[in-house]
Formats: sequence, structure tokens, C-alpha cells
Amino acid sequence: MSKGLRIRRGATINLKGKAEKIIQESAPSSTYALLPDDFFALTPKMHLKEGAKVQAGTPVFYSKSNPRIQFVSPVSGTLKAIVRGAKRKILEVIIEANGTDAITHKVGNPQSMKREEIVALLLESGCWPFIRQRPYNVIADPEVTPKAIYISTYATAPLDVDFEFFLKDQLEQFQKGIDVLNQLTSTIYLATDQNYRDGFAKIENVNQIAVSGPHPAGNESIIIHHTNPLAMHEKVWTIRPEDVVNIGLLFETGQYAAQRTIAVAGSPVGKPHYIKTKIGAQIAPLCEMTQVDTQKNLRYINGDVLTGRQTQPQSHIGFYNNLLSIIPEGNQYRMFGWMPFKDSNIPSLSKTSFSWLFNSAKEVDTNLNGEERALVVTGEMEKVFPMDIYPMQLLKACMTGDIEKMEFLGIYEVIPEDFGLIDFANTSKIEAQEIIKNAMYLMLKEVG
Amino acid sequence: MSFIRKKLDEIRRPFEKGQKWEKFAPAINAFDTFLFVPNHTTHKGAHVRDAVDLKRTMITVVLALMPALVYGIYNTGYQHFIQLGGVFTFMDAFLHGAMKVVPMIIVSYVVGLSIEFAFAVYRGHEVNEGYLVTGLLIPMIMPVDIPLWMVAISVAFAVLIAKEAFGGTGMNILNPALTARAFAFFAYPTYMSGNKVWVSEATTLDGVSGETILGSLAAGQEVSYTTMDMFQGGIPGSIAETSALWIVVGALMLIATGVASWRIMVGGVIGASIMGFLFNLWGANALMQFDWFNHLVVGGFAFGIVFMATDPVSAAQTEKGKWVYGILVGIFCIMIRVFNPAYPEGVMLAILLMNVFAPTIDHYVVEANINRRKKRWAKAQLKTA
Repeated sequence: MSKGLRIRRGATINLKGKAEKIIQESAPSSTYALLPDDFFALTPKMHLKEGAKVQAGTPVFYSKSNPRIQFVSPVSGTLKAIVRGAKRKILEVIIEANGTDAITHKVGNPQSMKREEIVALLLESGCWPFIRQRPYNVIADPEVTPKAIYISTYATAPLDVDFEFFLKDQLEQFQKGIDVLNQLTSTIYLATDQNYRDGFAKIENVNQIAVSGPHPAGNESIIIHHTNPLAMHEKVWTIRPEDVVNIGLLFETGQYAAQRTIAVAGSPVGKPHYIKTKIGAQIAPLCEMTQVDTQKNLRYINGDVLTGRQTQPQSHIGFYNNLLSIIPEGNQYRMFGWMPFKDSNIPSLSKTSFSWLFNSAKEVDTNLNGEERALVVTGEMEKVFPMDIYPMQLLKACMTGDIEKMEFLGIYEVIPEDFGLIDFANTSKIEAQEIIKNAMYLMLKEVG
Repeated sequence: MSFIRKKLDEIRRPFEKGQKWEKFAPAINAFDTFLFVPNHTTHKGAHVRDAVDLKRTMITVVLALMPALVYGIYNTGYQHFIQLGGVFTFMDAFLHGAMKVVPMIIVSYVVGLSIEFAFAVYRGHEVNEGYLVTGLLIPMIMPVDIPLWMVAISVAFAVLIAKEAFGGTGMNILNPALTARAFAFFAYPTYMSGNKVWVSEATTLDGVSGETILGSLAAGQEVSYTTMDMFQGGIPGSIAETSALWIVVGALMLIATGVASWRIMVGGVIGASIMGFLFNLWGANALMQFDWFNHLVVGGFAFGIVFMATDPVSAAQTEKGKWVYGILVGIFCIMIRVFNPAYPEGVMLAILLMNVFAPTIDHYVVEANINRRKKRWAKAQLKTA
């Protein structure tokens, strides 16, 4: 049962340094970390103190709003440090790896387990945070039965990974994960690449959607919107492909696998390729393996260049992302940048540059390429926003904090990531993702 | 390059945060960023950004105005010399026109930018680039013989009342350039219409009749120009509005670069054609009998629909709304031409009227989207209930 979905609006930004299809096993990381900032609107509460011994799978902290949701250590070792920021906010929980101890859970055949048993096991094992809930993209509420679960294997962001490639040997585990998730909801939608009909397209017990089109066609929001749009008070869950494999591995071995394949990509990366490691691995060794000169003035991004979070080589890989993007910083001046058609080597979706004529991969830096201005140009946001939603009107409602209008204009159907291309493309250099993020905090506070 | 950069950094120093001239930073920034794209990097949101910014967008519009402006300057001289009779070259005409038009442009920029800079310093925001276009548009749509002080007052009115009073760039309801023209039109009507204002120095020359085509039609006189004359533009009129040919060149530049909405332009042409055609069928007076295709090339219609109606701030902002807005501008333009006995040019008032209604058009377009969503929600609720 396969359905086609063709997205027309959007843009594929072709950047230099896409990861080659080589997987290198296990990076020699001495520390691993959990970053509470990876989880939207989460307040972490520590289970353990610094110096505590942990096994792979030992709960480290939990969610203040729902203590059943716990976050477990990806490796065995010692809890080395809890790094705090302003107002004692926890930034990083660092674990020094040592040994191979792991907690083993009693698992059975998912098809013969009750829904509550599966939920309890996922919560206990630390796999639960893999599942996120719309609206707002928060960690799923275990008490909720979602309308559907969406998995997108079609990654369209700049430099993004190829799930078909690096999960091709784990389709069995993926199927097992799907069987587990099928116990949690009535419908699972699996979005696959239209051009690749061999791997995920063979997965069973799901509604297959063959997607094609430019970024953000692969974003879950777009696929949800075009297949089974979210109404008020409805909930759907999303989960990333490798985490389906992680759930499959849990039911195979009884252990929290914390598997994470990272593609290190970007123009300053000497040998961009995939590295198979664990969640929260340190970034510096990954840079070394891919020949990145960390002395240079570079920006390290957990995720893709449009939506990721800035990080540092001494920090760690995020909980969800499969991509580490590295691009040069752009803190230099550029003369007469206002001249149309000048500097066509900078990617641009506007026809005031010849950039569109050259389809070759481009180098890109972090320069703002202008200054923030009032919203003047209209119509450019709609071009990169393939949903039946008026993005500029929604953003304005979010800026003024008009909750009713935000609801009616579609705030439940979007997450900040969907506005990544709008951030990129808009002439006025407004921070659309930031506006949507703040609006979501407001919605969570006022509506819940 | 690095030498200029160093020099600039030196000049900037007293304007930095905590320094003596901190308050005037927007003024120096405006000059600095004109030379260099700043070294600012992304901090929030997407880490990479498009090469386009508001400066580039606005300069593109200024470039698109150039063909019409150059032709307008030439035509100013041309109209002057053919009324005088005698022999003249292209250069004579162009220089005469330049002597008339360039001072108007200077006055417009000096007055307008002074106000913009003052507001930027007062409000503590950067100088927006919108006035680069507005400041050039205002002289282009004025009659050539209007005194410079009237240009200055019109500009001041437009920038203060039409723009800054609403909150500055991006917030205005009315197109500022058209507001300047409307102000001059209602405040100094004798300088803005009649048969003496369209030809340079017509008032000092005896026997000169520089009536515009629409003016002649309204007065029931014969029109001696062919459609080709009107399209090519060697006719009396506001400085840069006469040549549909060079306006179309500008329009193509705007459409190719995607800076202005082709939907509004096409909508406007469709609206005006339909309305002109209907009046042709009716045919009760000279203006109604005026062929519908001539309506498109005569007067300010072409200039208005290409450069004024497409101002993204005062136009409709949704793609569907732009169609409706464009078509209505076209319809009202011809309707006002035909029915307004006092002043036979309708495009200015048509655009200003639709500027006011643009938010209403958008409201209905967005409301339709909201209703679709609400319907879906109601359906979903039925299913779960």
C-alpha cells in the first residue's frame, strides 16, 4: 500500500562537502553527554550526583513534568560532570566511558505484549524520548494514544544524511521497531524516497508514502499536513529512522543500544563520511577522523545548517541528530554586496543573483549577508513553505502573541524546523524559527 | 579594499557603543553598509543566509526605473523643443531635460533622506532602504514645471504622514510616492493639471499647448497621436510616465529578478483591458470611445501598475490577493478616467484606493484558509465523538 506525495514548493540547497557513502565503525570517544537542550520545553531533574557509577541504560535524569520519562546513560562509566549555565540550568551531563556493563531488560515478542507493557518498557529502558509528539515537538506523553506515528526516511535538508544507505543492513531491526510501534497506535506512516524503492519501501505493516520534491519535503510536518493533517486537540507522534532501529535492538537484545550514525559534512571537512558511534559522542574525535582542522575559524552545528544548534569541538553530539555540519564562519566584510548579480557564488533563491544558474555545489559561510530590516518583500516565504498555511501571517500573529489567531493560522501543524528555509530566504533577515519557538513556549504555557 | 575598510573603521570609532556619537550610529551605518556588507554572522535560526538583502532588492528596482527615467529626461527636452520649433539634437533635448529633472531628484533625496535619517537616529533603528526607490519615484511622476519647493513639501508630507506616522518602512498603508503626488495634486492643482504644466517652460512661451492625451479627450478635443506614439512615449505627460516601451523594459527586469509581483501587473492589465473594452461597447463620450488598448499605453497606467501598484508593503500580500488587487486597480483606473470630469488620470487614485482596501482583500483570502482549517477540525471532532 503505497501512496505518492510530490512537493513542488521549496528549495534544495546544494552545498559542498556532502558525506561520502562510507561508514566507519565506532569513534574512540572518551566521554559522552546528554544535552537537555535537545528536548523542547524539558526541565531536567537529576537522578544521580557527580562521581556516580553508571551502566549503559542507567537513568541519569528525568523530566520534571513527568518523572516516568527518563534519560539514560548511553555507555557505562562514571558521571564526570554536570555542566550548568545561567540560573543553574543544566547544559551538559557528561559521562566518562569505562567498561561495557549494561542493564538488560526482560523483553518478549512485541506482538504478544500489551500496550501498557510496551510503554512501560520503553520508558524504563530510556527509549521513550525517541518518540516526539505534535503539536510542539515535545517528548511524547505516555498517557496519550496518538492518531498516528510518522517516520520520515526522506532527508532533504542541505548536506543531510541518506537513511537508506546507512540503515540498509538493519532493516530487520527497523521492521522489529515498527512492530513495536504498531502496538502504540493504529496507523504508522513511513515516508520514503520516491527514487529509492528497495530498502524502506519493503517495510511492512505501515502506510508507505513515496515522497519526492525539494526541501522541506522530507520534514514530518509537510508529510503530516499532506496526508492526515493535524486538527485541534489531536496528537501525532514522530520518530527518527535510526531510533526505530534502536527500539528494534532493545527488543532483540534487551539493552538500550543508543546507536547513532553521524555524517560529518561541510566544505572544511577533509574526508566527509559516516561514523557509527553512540548518542552523545564527543565531537573532537569525529573531527579528527574526518580531517577537520579545528584550529580554523569554523562553525560546528548539531544538525543541518538551516535548523541545527551551534556547538563546539569539545562538546557532544545531540540526542536526535544524525548530521554534524561544519562550515566556515563568515565574519568578514564584503564590498558592494548590494549590487545585484554580484557574488553569485553565494547560494541564493532570489533571481537578483546568478546563483540559480549554477547548480554546482557551493561553499557557504555564516555571514548574515545583510542586516535585519522591516518585513517588506512579500511572497518569498510562501515559495519555500509547501503547506496550506500563510507563513508571514502566522509569523505576525506569533510576534504579537495573538493565541487565537495563531491557532487558526496553523501553529499546531508546524515546528520551528519548517521555517528553516524561510530564515534562509527572507530578504529582511528575520529569525522565523526563533519567533515560532517562542510562540510555542507561549502556547505551551497558555494552552498546554 | 582593506585600506578603505581601515579608514572606515577609524571614522566609525566615535560612533561605537559607549562612545561620544553613539546615538548617531544609524547614520554612519547607512554609509558603511553601502560600501560593505557587514561582518555580522548568524546567531539564532538558520546558520546560513541568502545573498539577497533589502539593499539589493531596492537597488534592483532603481535599476529597473532607469530606462524610463532616461527616456523621461530626453522627452522633457523633446517636448520643449518641438513646441519651440527649430532643429535640435538628442543631446540638446537630453541636456535640457536633465537640467529640469536632476534638481528635482536631488531635492527629493535630500529632503526625504534627511527625514529618514532623523527618524532612524530618533528611534534608534537602522536607515531602511525603501526611500531609495520612493525618492526616485516622486520626481518621476511629477509634471516637469512644478517648483522645487513644492517637490520638497510633497516629499516631506509623504515621508512624515504616509510613512513615519504609521511606523516607518514596512508599516505604511499608502504608497508614499503616490501620497506625495496626491498631496501636490490637491494642494497645488494649478501646477498639477491643465495644458501648461506638461511641457517644460510652457507658461513662458506663447501659443504652447501641451495638453496630455487624456486631458484632450476629457475636453472633447481630437487626439493627434497614434497608438505607436503613445507606446513609444514622445507625448506630453509626467516626467517618466509617457513611454510604455521603456516601462515595459523595466517591468521585464522586475519580473525576471522576481522583485515585483507579475501577478499584480498582469492582473492590472487584465482589469484595465476588460473595463476599457466594456466602455468601448458603451461609447457614450470621447473617453469611452477611446480604444481599450490605447488606455493601456497612455497616461500613467503603465508606470503605475508596474512601479507603484507593485510596492509590496502597500499592495495585497497574499498571492491570491495580488490577483484581486491588480485586477481592481486596473478596473478602477479606467473607471476614474472615464467618469472623473475634473482630472482625467485615474491610476493614482485607483492605486491609493486599492492600497486602502489591500488589507481587506488579504483578510478574506486568509479567512478562507482559516475556514478550511476550522472545517477540518469540525470533521475530526465528529470522527472522534
